[in-house]
Formats: sequence, C-alpha cells, structure tokens
Amino acid sequence: MSAEYVDYATGEPVVDTKAPSGPVHERWDKRRFEAKLVNPANRRKHTVIVVGTGLAGGSAGATLAEQGYHVVQFCYQDSPRRAHSIAAQGGINAAKNYRNDGDSIHRLFYDTVKGGDFRARESNVHRLAQISVEIIDQCVAQGVPFAREYGGLLDTRSFGGVQVSRTFYARGQTGQQLLLGAYQALSRQIAAGNVEMHPRTEMLDLIVIDGRARGIVARDLVTGKIDTYVADAVVLASGGYGNVFYLSTNAMNSNATAIWRAHRRGAYFANPCFTQIHPTCIPRTGDHQSKLTLMSESLRNDGRIWVPKAKGDRRPPNEIPEDERDYYLERVYPSFGNLVPRDIASRAAKNVCDEGRGVGPGGQGVYLDFADAIRRMGRQAVEAKYGNLFDMYQRITDEDPYEVPMRIYPAVHYTMGGLWVDYDLQTTIPGLFAIGEANFSDHGANRLGASALMQGLADGYFVLPSTINDYLARNPHHEAVTAGHPVVQEVLAETEDRLNLLLSVDGDRTPDSFHREVGELMWEFCGMARTDTGLRKALERIPQIREEFWRRIKVPGTGEEFNQSLEKANRVVDYLELAELMCLDALHRTESCGGHFREESQTADGEAARKDDEFAYAAAWEFTGTGTAPTLHKEDLVFEYVHPTQRSYA
Amino acid sequence: MKLTLRVWRQKNADADGAMSTYEVDGISSDMSFLEMLDTLNEELILKGEDPVAFDHDCREGICGACSLVINGEAHGPERTTTCQLHMRSFKDGDTIDIEPWRASAFPVIKDLVVDRSALDRIIQAGGYITAPTGAAPEAHATPVPKPDADFAFEHAECIGCGACVAACPNGAAMLFTSAKVNHLNVLPQGAPERETRVLDMVAQMDDEGFGGCTLTGECATACPKGIPLVSITSMNKEWLRAARKAAKR
Amino acid sequence: MARTVWDSSVGKKTVMAVSGLIMLLYLVAHMIGNLKIYFGAEEFNRYAHWLRTVGEPFMHYEWTLWLIRVVLVVAVVAHAVSAYQLSRRDIKARPDKYVHKKPRASYATRTMRWGGVILGLFIVWHILDLTTGTVHPGGFQEGRPYQNVLDTFSTWYGNVIYIVAMLALGLHIRHGFWSAAQTLGAGSRTRDRALKTVANILALLLTAGFIAVPVGVMTGVVS
Repeated sequence: MSAEYVDYATGEPVVDTKAPSGPVHERWDKRRFEAKLVNPANRRKHTVIVVGTGLAGGSAGATLAEQGYHVVQFCYQDSPRRAHSIAAQGGINAAKNYRNDGDSIHRLFYDTVKGGDFRARESNVHRLAQISVEIIDQCVAQGVPFAREYGGLLDTRSFGGVQVSRTFYARGQTGQQLLLGAYQALSRQIAAGNVEMHPRTEMLDLIVIDGRARGIVARDLVTGKIDTYVADAVVLASGGYGNVFYLSTNAMNSNATAIWRAHRRGAYFANPCFTQIHPTCIPRTGDHQSKLTLMSESLRNDGRIWVPKAKGDRRPPNEIPEDERDYYLERVYPSFGNLVPRDIASRAAKNVCDEGRGVGPGGQGVYLDFADAIRRMGRQAVEAKYGNLFDMYQRITDEDPYEVPMRIYPAVHYTMGGLWVDYDLQTTIPGLFAIGEANFSDHGANRLGASALMQGLADGYFVLPSTINDYLARNPHHEAVTAGHPVVQEVLAETEDRLNLLLSVDGDRTPDSFHREVGELMWEFCGMARTDTGLRKALERIPQIREEFWRRIKVPGTGEEFNQSLEKANRVVDYLELAELMCLDALHRTESCGGHFREESQTADGEAARKDDEFAYAAAWEFTGTGTAPTLHKEDLVFEYVHPTQRSYA
Repeated sequence: MKLTLRVWRQKNADADGAMSTYEVDGISSDMSFLEMLDTLNEELILKGEDPVAFDHDCREGICGACSLVINGEAHGPERTTTCQLHMRSFKDGDTIDIEPWRASAFPVIKDLVVDRSALDRIIQAGGYITAPTGAAPEAHATPVPKPDADFAFEHAECIGCGACVAACPNGAAMLFTSAKVNHLNVLPQGAPERETRVLDMVAQMDDEGFGGCTLTGECATACPKGIPLVSITSMNKEWLRAARKAAKR
Repeated sequence: MARTVWDSSVGKKTVMAVSGLIMLLYLVAHMIGNLKIYFGAEEFNRYAHWLRTVGEPFMHYEWTLWLIRVVLVVAVVAHAVSAYQLSRRDIKARPDKYVHKKPRASYATRTMRWGGVILGLFIVWHILDLTTGTVHPGGFQEGRPYQNVLDTFSTWYGNVIYIVAMLALGLHIRHGFWSAAQTLGAGSRTRDRALKTVANILALLLTAGFIAVPVGVMTGVVS
C-alpha cells in the first residue's frame, strides 16, 4: 500500500452556500424566488451541454430546451432511449396521498431521511418530497401508462417495507415507461432544433477555463473522432458507478468516466463508499458471468428465505427436511422476518454463505422458497402476482420456481455517492452541475426502493431547470470560448494521448480481465461488509493492478474507428482510480451506516452502528493526483426536523 | 459445448462484408448468447485480432440495444431479446450463423452493429405528447378507463430494438410505428395530436426508406415484447381516420 | 386527401384494398353468372344478352356494362400500379438477404406478387379470348358465349391456363381479403378468426365456382 494515499489531509469544510434557511417546507420556494432569471429572449444564446439521456439527463435536456436554451446532448448508446434507467422495475414514489392512508410530503421526507440512515441533507430531501407530486402529474400528461384501477384512477402500491401505498408503477417496467416519456419529450425538442443530439458519443474529459466548466471533450464512437464542445454550462447526468464492481445490475456500458474526469478536474466526490447492494438478484453461474439481473424485492413479501442448517449440504432442496432448514431471517429478525431492509437481508445472506451454507454453484446463493405461498394462496394467485418475475427467473436459470425454490444472492445495484453538489445541484466547479445518480445528494447512506426514479426526474424536470438560470444570469461569460482556445486544445491533446497510450501498450491482457480483477477485489473488500484490514489490503492491491494495467493492457485496432475494446479500456482506467477512492472513503468512515457496513462498528445483535458524533457529515474528496492522497472536505449535516435514531428490526 | 460460429464481419460502413468462421470451445449451457460472444472476443483480442463488434447494454432484455440475427431469425430461436437467449437453446457441435439486422434504413456500422437512428426520427416526427414541463394538470383530472390504459401499456412496451424491421421481408417499420401511435392515440392526453401524430410518423417512416406492410406477420413473431400484428391494423385505422379528418380541415 | 393517400405507403395499401374488394365483388357476380352454363345454352346466352341491357330504358344498350368495365379497368390499374410501386419500395428497403435462410410466412402470403402477375396476364388472355375473340380457338361468335366457352375449354391449354389462374386467384383472395381488412382497419383480435374463415370460404367458393366451368366441359356435363 502506498502509505501516502491513506494519509489524507482534511481541508476546509465544504459549505452548501445555496441552501436557504427558514422552515424546511418554504426553502424551495424561497430559493426559486431568490434565483435570478435569464431573459427568455437571451436563453437561446446560452448553450448548455447535457451528458447522458437517462431519466435525469433526458428530462433536463427536454426541459431546458423548452425553456429556450440551446442544448447539446450526448449519450454513448445508439439512441437516447436506452439509458439504464430503463431497467428500473418497481415504481416511483410520490406523496400524492391518493389512498388517504396518512401519507404526506412530510412523511415521504421523513422516510427518506431515515431510510438514508441520517446521512442526507434535510433541505434536499424535503424538496424531493415536494416535487414528487408534480412528477406524477408531468408523467401522466406525457402519456406514461401507469397502472390504473377500474375507475380509471391511478393505482399505487406499498414498496420496500413502507407503511403507505405511495408507489406508482407501470407493471414491472416503470423505469422504461418513465424514460420513454422523457425520451419522447426530448425527441420533440430534437425535432424542433432546440436540442442537438449526439448519440454514440462518449464524454472523455471536462474543459475548465478560469475555474468554470466551459465544455467537454467527447469521442464519436463510430468514427473514433475526438472533438471538443464548448458551452456556458455543463450538466452531468451520466449515472452511477456501480460497474466498478464488474458484476452489478448496471448496464454493461454504464461507466464512471464522465464523473471521474470531472472529479480529476476539480469537482469533489462525495461519499464514494455508499453503495447499495440489492438482496434479490439471480446468482452468478460461473466465470463467464458478465452482469447480474435483479428481481423485484416484492418477491420477499411471499417468499421465504432459507439455507440448510448443515455446512456443505449438497442435497437438492426438496430432499432437505423442514427441520434441517434454517429460515435465518425469520429466526434472527422475528418481527420483520423476510422483509428486513435491503442491507440487512444482503448481509445476512453473505454471512450464511461465508459459513459454508450457501446453495447452488459455488455456494453463493440462498433459497427464496414459494412452496408455502403456493400452498397458502394457490399456484394461480402466485402466478398472477409474480408470473413475469418467475418467467424471467426460469429463462435465465432454466429452473422452474414453482417446483424448485429460487436461488438469490445480493448484487451491487445503486451508488448513493457521487459528485458533491450544493442545493442548486452545482458541483464545486462553477458551471458544472450533476443530476440523478451522478450526484450524491438525496439518498444519504441508503436509498429507499422506488426513490431513484423520483430523484432522477425531480432533478431533471424541476430542480436543475430552475437553478441553472441563477448561475447563467449571475455569471455571464464575457469571453466566447472557441475550439482554438489553448485550454480546449490542451484537454483535447491529453485525451488523445491517453487513448494513444492505451493503444500502444500492446500487452497480453484484455480490458475485461483487468475490470474483472479490480471488480472482484472491490466485491471482496469493499462490498457488503468492510473491515480495516480488508480495505487496507485492497488499497495495497489497487495501485499494483493499475501499474500492471499500463504495462500489460492489450487494445486491438486503432482509435480512428468503431472500437469497443478501446472504449472499455478507457473506462477501466477510471475504475482503477475510483476504486481506490471508494476504499479510502470506506476506510476513513469507521462507522456503519446504511449501505456501508464496517464490521468493527456493529451493535451486540449485529446491526449497523452509526457514530453520529464523529460522522454526521458528507465526505467530499478533492482530487490531488493519481495515487496521491486526496483531501477530505466535510460537509456537516444538521438535522432540525428528523432526529437521528438507531434503526432496529429485531 | 463446442460450436462453429459463422459471423458477418464488415470493417466499416463502406467496406464489403463477408461471413467468417470461428470455433469456440468450452461454452457452458448457462451462458447467455452474448457471454458466448464475449468468450470469443476475449480469445480474438489475445490473438491480436479484431473482436466482433455488436450492440448490447442492459443485458436484461429491456434497453433494446442487442440486435443479432441468429440462424436467420431476429434475436434467435426463442421469443426474447438476444441478451436473454441462453446457450442451452443450442447443442454441442452446432453451427450458428450470426448476422446484423438487414434493412436499407439500418446501414451496417461495423460487423453486427447497425445504425437504427431512423427509428428515433420516426419518434421525433410525432411520437410524443406535447406537455412542456410545468404545464401538466393534476394527474387525476383525467381518468383513463382501465382497458384503454392497458391497451396503451401493451403498446408502450416496445423496446425499439428493430427486430420487426429485421424480420420483415420488406424491411418495414410498421410494427414499431404502430406501437407508439397506438400507445399515445388511445389516451385522452394524446387526443389533441391524434391525427398529426399518425400522419407525420407514417410519412417519416416512408421517408426513411422502410418498406411497406404486406402482413406477413414476421414482425410480430420476432417481437421480443409480443406487440401483436393487429397493432398495425389499429394504426391503419387511425391513419385513415386522420387522412379523412385532415381532408375536411 | 388523394395526395395524402397516394403519397403514403399506408395510403397506397388502402388503394389496393379498396380496388381489390371492388374486383372481389365483381368476381362473386361473375362466378354466379358463369354457373348458368350448367342450365344450357339458352339461359346462358340470355344472361349474357341481359348484361348488355341492364338499366334500360334509363341506360342505353351496353352503357351499364361499359360503366362496370370502366370501374374494373380503373380498379385493375390502380391495384397493379400500387402493387408495383409498393413492391419496388419493399425490395429497395431490404436489398441484402440473410445468408441463413429460413422458411417464412404462409404460401398465400409469399405468392401475392407472382400470383398477382399471373392473374394480370390471365385477365389479358381472358379478354382477348372471350370478350374480343382475338385469340379465341375456332371461330368466335359475338352473342353466342355458350359456344365460345365450350370452344375454349375444348383445348388443353385453355383448361390449363384457366385452372392454374383460378388456383392463383384462390391463394390471392385468401391472403388478400384478410389483408384488405387489416389495411382498412377492420381487423381486431376478436374478429381475426372470423375474417380468416371468411377469406378461406371466399377463396374456396370462387375457385371452385370458376373451375366448375372447365370441369363441366371436360367431363361432358356441359356440352
């Protein structure tokens, strides 16, 4: 381990200067009123770059264009309709209280702060809860086909152990339907000439001039041409960084390059170690596994989770008698049973597998058994409720879950950390904004089910389009930047050099092999449970992998063509740096909270033990150089409305 | 499993392409089809050869990126996306032909990757409801009868993969276009643009060089999301209605 | 509206559907008329004469017949031109075939284009044979259709051409009728089976009804 890297310095605290004071429910109105506006006639003179076309990027691009800005938008996919928001199954929360079941904006706010284990900002979360209501209106107006009841009104369901039914859904494809709504709004603006869309174009670096974000460097993935794009402001909506782990539920090409390059250019990276691990994914079947597939956690409502009592019991599940089965969640958490929160369910599965009681190939799985549910409700009722999930499971595993218990195992699913942003969603680089999963703002240390879609759309449709005005109005650019500007040329040259270097090594290992290696390391030491020793081990190993990468990487072909190996290799470069920061953040936070579980910090019954006195802050890291210790800036979190309590599910 | 793959290789849009033959060994029946191709590509890279380019992303059957014609069938022998096809659908010793989507509106970019931006332009021509952010009325202001909502949903499921075009002997995008027209036209929110939507989208579809429908039904058979052939009938009805109404204006 | 329809692939399909249905209606009438041949020369010839006097005294001699002929010519031309243009577009839209071939679609669906061409050629021969008498075997006698029909079906090639064309017609109607219903938006999930059944029955009836004439001549029932 490079001793220098862990010896990070603590710098000045980072302060959210944009957050208004006063009663929490008035803050968003207050901020919107205080924000300066850009004259409608002048908006078209402003160019805003948006990177990414998921829920956040798609909705932001469309809305900014509707307001009159000139939007230049990018996505690496072949179409702005494919971003990974599309894979979200469950639903979207909104405090509509259509059920009259006691829901309210305040309750959603409360649940989100508490669910985030008291590591999110109250102001932001309250705004999110307020806006949730408008999101549903907006999406319905766009024609999003939410589930409806026979009376024609919207249906809602309860999700993720919440006691109110506030989750709106479109069968198991809510993310898809919301994304297509945003994509269609964006398409309208593309047709109107207000959005200049660049599909199959990947951002590779950020251009910062005089301390302000002024553009990006991006590569046309078809021709390989690297170009510069200048603008008055840059919005990153490039998603999370769960693919650091190699195996995750993210799309294969989801990557951290946009946010990592912004971090390298001066944007602080907050709470990188906060990753969410989802308990109900389909286990891997072998080394060939390229990604993991999630199944809705609604399965835990009726399925019972168990493993054999005896270690190494290789009998098929139906030959294991009832008294030799360990329904461990029901045993350890008698009141919540199989419905304990995601992090607890995940960790418990890991523990029984570590004890050697895991099932399936490699022993990395636990049973999720519907035999009781089928006996109790009848096969038909189970089919009506979970049919599509059972089909999906059967397609992937070739096992019939009506006959044989499902096998599940936790997998990396979402990253709560991301670029540090203020109340305006602006990073520490003026003019650079981060929205959706790319920022760190609203979920604290753990995200509630059905809240990711809510946050992405809140940021894109409503928050950013209001706050970016203020930046553009208060900070007019007096100097036009052209492609010939020395800084633009310099960033372009650096990017070209990096890709040329990747192509010139001509070693003997593929980009995937390095990605897999660092991913497995992260999963082992910075995954569901983290220890000081393990994290130090990872921090020792990562620079070695990085060194080996630059010695042995092999990228065939050239940079002037469609070259998927080159794309991949360049993303791995950034994973190899981001992984290090994640481990350091996990090492420094010696408490357990939400998705971050430090084995040293647990209660007597094995629960995550927070240390509010020491760690009630967001850790924003400043980049100082590859492999050199970053500087920690703390943003203290103040809880005026929701007072921190220790969770208990026993 | 040991397999022989015959794969369409084409350096770029302007180059001529041809089928190349590869042998892959040690393929597990649990692998997905794309993981099998990953295995081939890892070998090719280490041999210093150009790996096979193919589009893919979510690998859970929803993003619509993957797009292979396997043994002459769009997305292969199972009714699903290529990424959800598993090697257990094949036998040891099989020879598998892998080709790109074929249609003049989908030019090949490289190997198995094609340009499907024509589908985006069909959506841009009218596949939306004009509802600028902030202008939305309360969601419950307009109830939607459940059968209409279900009809809309069934068509909204389209993932825009283009398998319908690839499977159609005429390279028609009728099923794709009709899915979006039907989704939006049945909803009260979509009513104000009901006529212009279908007329403009069909006109764009024609301009992109897609073929016409001869109702062979290949599209609906290939569709991984089960959009039915009758979707096209519904769009025809919408189109005729719109053409009549437009004539009266 | 005409412009909108003609310029659109969907519109042109409508033209095909409507013109096809017009021809189908005509064929039903034509077939019923043909079957009168089984009732002897007199009835058959009287029927043929009546066709020329329909609508009198409002219409002049043969006016109605010519009106029908004009409508039919317009329908045939519209059907053929649309088919030709749509086929050109379809072939252009899919220039590269898959290396791996697999059997596709039903026989009726796949034979629409060639079937159409066969039917087009048949119509030309049929008119030259029995309307104008240009290529009629033996002496064509105006106003004596019974004898003319007998002449045609007394040659082997007359029978072959006619029967082959009628089989092609059956296949064409089988897919065409159902297809026209879809194009005109009349199909639905619940109606699909009914439409297919009607298409099959129409195809079968028309083919059988038309072929009954040469069969009658060949077997000597009609002589």
